[in-house]
Amino acid sequence: MKEELKELFKYRGLLYMITYRDVKVRYKQSIMGLLWAVLMPVLIVLSGVVVRYGYAMAAHAPLQSADIAAVAVKSLPWAFLVSSIRFSSLSLISNRELVTKIYFPKEIFPIAAMLASFFDLVVASGALVIFLLLLHIGWSPYLAWAPVLLLTLVLLVSGIGLIVSAASLYFRDVKFIVEVVLTFGIFFTPVFYDAGMFGDKKKWLLLNPISPILDGFGASIARHESPDLPWFVYSVVCALLTLVGGYIFFKHMEPGFAESI
Amino acid sequence: MSDAVIVMEHVYKKFRKGEIYNSLRDLVPALTGKMFRQQELNESDKREFWALQDLSFEVKAGECFGIIGHNGAGKSTALKILSRIMKPTKGRMTVNGRLSALIEVSAGFHQDLTGRENIFLNGTILGMNKREIQSKLDQIIDFSGIGDFIDTPVKRYSSGMFARLGFAVAAHVDPDVLIVDEVLIVGDSAFQQKCIERMREVLRGGAAVLFVSHNLKVVAEFCDQCLLLEKGRTVKLGKPQEVISTYLQKPSQRQPGDVNSSPISISSVMVRDEAGESMRFQPGQKAWIDVELLASAPCRKVSITLYMLDEKFTHVFDTSTERLGHDTADLEPGDVYSCTFELQLNLAEGTFYPSVVLYRYDIQTVFDRWEPAATIYVSSEGGVRGIAHCFPQLSRQEIRHASQVAPVRTQ
Repeated sequence: MKEELKELFKYRGLLYMITYRDVKVRYKQSIMGLLWAVLMPVLIVLSGVVVRYGYAMAAHAPLQSADIAAVAVKSLPWAFLVSSIRFSSLSLISNRELVTKIYFPKEIFPIAAMLASFFDLVVASGALVIFLLLLHIGWSPYLAWAPVLLLTLVLLVSGIGLIVSAASLYFRDVKFIVEVVLTFGIFFTPVFYDAGMFGDKKKWLLLNPISPILDGFGASIARHESPDLPWFVYSVVCALLTLVGGYIFFKHMEPGFAESI
Repeated sequence: MSDAVIVMEHVYKKFRKGEIYNSLRDLVPALTGKMFRQQELNESDKREFWALQDLSFEVKAGECFGIIGHNGAGKSTALKILSRIMKPTKGRMTVNGRLSALIEVSAGFHQDLTGRENIFLNGTILGMNKREIQSKLDQIIDFSGIGDFIDTPVKRYSSGMFARLGFAVAAHVDPDVLIVDEVLIVGDSAFQQKCIERMREVLRGGAAVLFVSHNLKVVAEFCDQCLLLEKGRTVKLGKPQEVISTYLQKPSQRQPGDVNSSPISISSVMVRDEAGESMRFQPGQKAWIDVELLASAPCRKVSITLYMLDEKFTHVFDTSTERLGHDTADLEPGDVYSCTFELQLNLAEGTFYPSVVLYRYDIQTVFDRWEPAATIYVSSEGGVRGIAHCFPQLSRQEIRHASQVAPVRTQ
């Protein structure tokens, strides 16, 4: 595995070029590109606000701006996760020519797909900052958690991306399964709601390793609190296992790519 | 340690024919089924075949190594293993140094990016770093002849421009091993010339060239060593002249069930005289060559080239349906296309090898090639040596004394 990582490092220029290509092609028509990065999070935020408004009505409690901020803060990483996994799952199939004709470490494709989605996240974060300022959500030392949480999410998403990209090369229906899981995954992940709303049962929700990360985003940015530390450690462990496992799986499958695609 | 840059040691490659489970929907029932029916597993073993068997050779720095063989002989598989796209089933392959391939040179292009952006993208894919590309950028643009269109998205390029740009990038990688596929040695002769020129340069620079070709003359001229493959096995390895002679002794034939991924293939080539199928001809006699093709997928703008080689692999003659003023053919799956070339064999005594290529000129693609497709023996007559028969006649002969005034020469 050391050899393989060394080789990946040797090809970092190519990783940059493929990411650049993916971003460039997406933003070639600048309006479409911006919509791509901002529209999806905006839709998620709006649906979250609707859901949150429903809760507030049912509980006869006013809708607080911190709640809306939490939904907005969690929507962005979720949108990143969805687009990253979706693009990863298609990344090998849609680069068929390169997979079958030229040699280089093929994990570059799912990783580049993740990085291109990360670029979208950065663009959308600009919009988020403005939105948070409008809601009067200020600065706090807990913001320092955000990069740590983000890194964990990136590791986790990269691992999943490696697995689904290789799997969908071998099995054509994997991309549909991924699509379905991504569509309904939002109900099993605290994006619109907070895990805390479930009281004792919250541990079942947090078993989904994405949940503690998203919950952490909401807590640290919108509510100025520390994330739930034990659960966060659980997510970090899951992320590392997924990444290492995903990489080993990908490298194990890689020699067969050219003849199976 | 030897100075070999490529070492192939007993390389085997196995492929599976027929169905593979490519969706979970198929896999899950198949797995549960397999638990109950063990013998089915053995059944599927029979559908496997060896694309390469026990391939061993070494290429040293500065050496040119040629691989020849009929379609389906395993040449492309050998190339894919060399370029590390596929892993051998058994055996070992080592490449020392940077390997660059003049195969599928525009594979990395993205339609929406400009020519310039694609140079950077493709250059990186082919193993150059950004600084290297930057320093060669002007050369590459110049070489490609794209000119002002370099900042236009490549989707607006003609297929020719597309191919030229791809080639220009690939040609500027400084490799230790250069792999050249015959696909480039088709059609446009200026393009061929550039490719061959590039091979010469690379060889002079001390790198090794691995050359897969049907152009036997180039193989004979360039290569220090040559390998003949047939059905995945090494038939002969040695001096190009000897290997090519062995190759030419067997006309192309495809076994039913051979792998052929091409959308269109030659199904038969027959040489006949007035009376019927024939191999023996007199100089000046008429010959008809019937070519039949079968399309298995839709195929546009297909042309057929007929050419003839002599024993020294010189192109004696070359023509194509397109150059004879006929339209290219658009074929649908299942279509059988046939045509007949009528030739006047103004050839002197010798053995000639008519060969047939199916290609599409604008995208520089060869679909199928039979070389040789048949053998023609031309018998001796009229005291002529050489390749062509010009039907000489001695119309006058006289002896004069040198002191006499020379007569005025008349036409």
